[in-house]
Amino acid sequence: MSNKSGSRLDRVISSGQFAVTVEVGPPRGPDVDAFMQKVRPLAGIADGFNVTDNQTAVVRMSSIAGAKLLLDAGLEPVMQMTCRDRNRIAMQSDLIGASALGIRNCLAISGDHQRAGAGGKLKGHPGCKNVFDVDSIQLVTIIRGMRDNAVQQGGDPISPATPFLIGAAWTPFGPPEEFRVTRLAKKIAAGADFIQTQAVYDVPRFAEAVGKARARGLTEKTAILAGVIVPRSAGMLSYMDANVPGISVPPELIARMKASADPKAEGLKVAVELIAAIRKIPGIRGVHVQAIEAEGLLPDVLKAAGLLPRPEA
Amino acid sequence: MIIGEWKPIEETVKNLATHKKVLLVGCATCVAECAVGGEKEAETLAPLLRMALKKEGHSVEIATKTLERQCEWEFVEEIADSVKGVDAILSIACGIGVQALADRYQDKFVYPGVNTTSLAIREKPGLWTARCGACGDCMLGETFGLCPVARCAKSLMNGPCGGTRRTGKCEIDENIDCVWNLIVKKAEERGRLGDLETVRAPRNWGNSGHGGPKRMVREDLQS
Repeated sequence: MSNKSGSRLDRVISSGQFAVTVEVGPPRGPDVDAFMQKVRPLAGIADGFNVTDNQTAVVRMSSIAGAKLLLDAGLEPVMQMTCRDRNRIAMQSDLIGASALGIRNCLAISGDHQRAGAGGKLKGHPGCKNVFDVDSIQLVTIIRGMRDNAVQQGGDPISPATPFLIGAAWTPFGPPEEFRVTRLAKKIAAGADFIQTQAVYDVPRFAEAVGKARARGLTEKTAILAGVIVPRSAGMLSYMDANVPGISVPPELIARMKASADPKAEGLKVAVELIAAIRKIPGIRGVHVQAIEAEGLLPDVLKAAGLLPRPEA
Repeated sequence: MIIGEWKPIEETVKNLATHKKVLLVGCATCVAECAVGGEKEAETLAPLLRMALKKEGHSVEIATKTLERQCEWEFVEEIADSVKGVDAILSIACGIGVQALADRYQDKFVYPGVNTTSLAIREKPGLWTARCGACGDCMLGETFGLCPVARCAKSLMNGPCGGTRRTGKCEIDENIDCVWNLIVKKAEERGRLGDLETVRAPRNWGNSGHGGPKRMVREDLQS
């Protein structure tokens, strides 16, 4: 893997070091101070900071603006881009804009359907019109074309090229399970340099899926960063197991959280154990750690996991 | 078939309240098949509207007529005499039928009584599900007869998103099949999983409504 983007994440991955990315959700208003208070303590704990793109189909500060704010504060963003809200004209325009602002990592995903509306917690915009002009794999091909050939999807040139490290997501569980490795292979064939996976709680099952990817040579061609969501309660785990497609939580883990007198501390312990177990899976080249609406927990988790300080890159 | 559903009665009542004589026109084709706009439904809707209008103090006469097809001029012509005596028409056909009546009977107010929703099939009695997105570039030959444009909530072209439920249903509704799950299963049955490995390039949507209102020309038929 060459250094295609000049990003830190690219260098960490290319040099074969175990990569760490985390996730920060932009605010639902233009409150820069609050956002910066949340992200500043995270400086230095990861190689890339995912900035979500209106996740769960709820309007937030744009991922481009959020990514630029991170960049200004010295944190390297991974700008997420969904296919739900933009056609290929808007996507490429935003990619050029993001590149001009110095953003070097982009993660292409389908995006939650507008009916998601934060799982019913917020009104959202369920009556809006979606776009889905291209899908996430096609978006990967577009970003790659702009980077490697300095050409737009329609064939017109851009100058200069937009040097992005290209990411994509992988949900190894969930039907049709036998096709999930093929879908990963398609993302890699399209140009995904790195992959962030859906959160893993069932490590043996995940290891089996990674084994299949490894058997197809996929772990050599891309850097798979396994997803870890720091659990905070048994209820949260049960909810995710029942309601978040692609997340499977072993019942004994839920029982363990339930039995704990201090679920927050126990959750941190669980996350650390998950990271340790995931690191042992051959072919896994990093972790993508989320502490949803509790980003403040991330430094402790990563420190306890022995992933701090991050290496020079 | 084209499917639709009755507009809320209150909306139709509001549309008709200022009129004296209304012709309610059904269509015996698609909307009859999906049980919203055929003769039977015309005869059911008319008394409901009469009652609702009367309850609000409006005296509106409603006559009914059902055409074989509201989207063809020769059938549309059949109500010419009936239309003469009314000041408004309520069509319970699809949007095409409504516009055909509005085009032919330009001096009348023409209202839709139905919201047209999609191109669908009757899966079983009482259940219709979308089948075609009229995308203008049919790919059913490559997806084993299952349409991801109309049947995937995100119209994905390269396989299922991460939102497929354990049950094989779509993240947005537990009653909707993940069509990519079905496509993959069908490919597997046929021993053709390899067909789904190719990365499908961005599509040209220009032959659908995205390319501007469709205008199909057949010069050989224009003589």
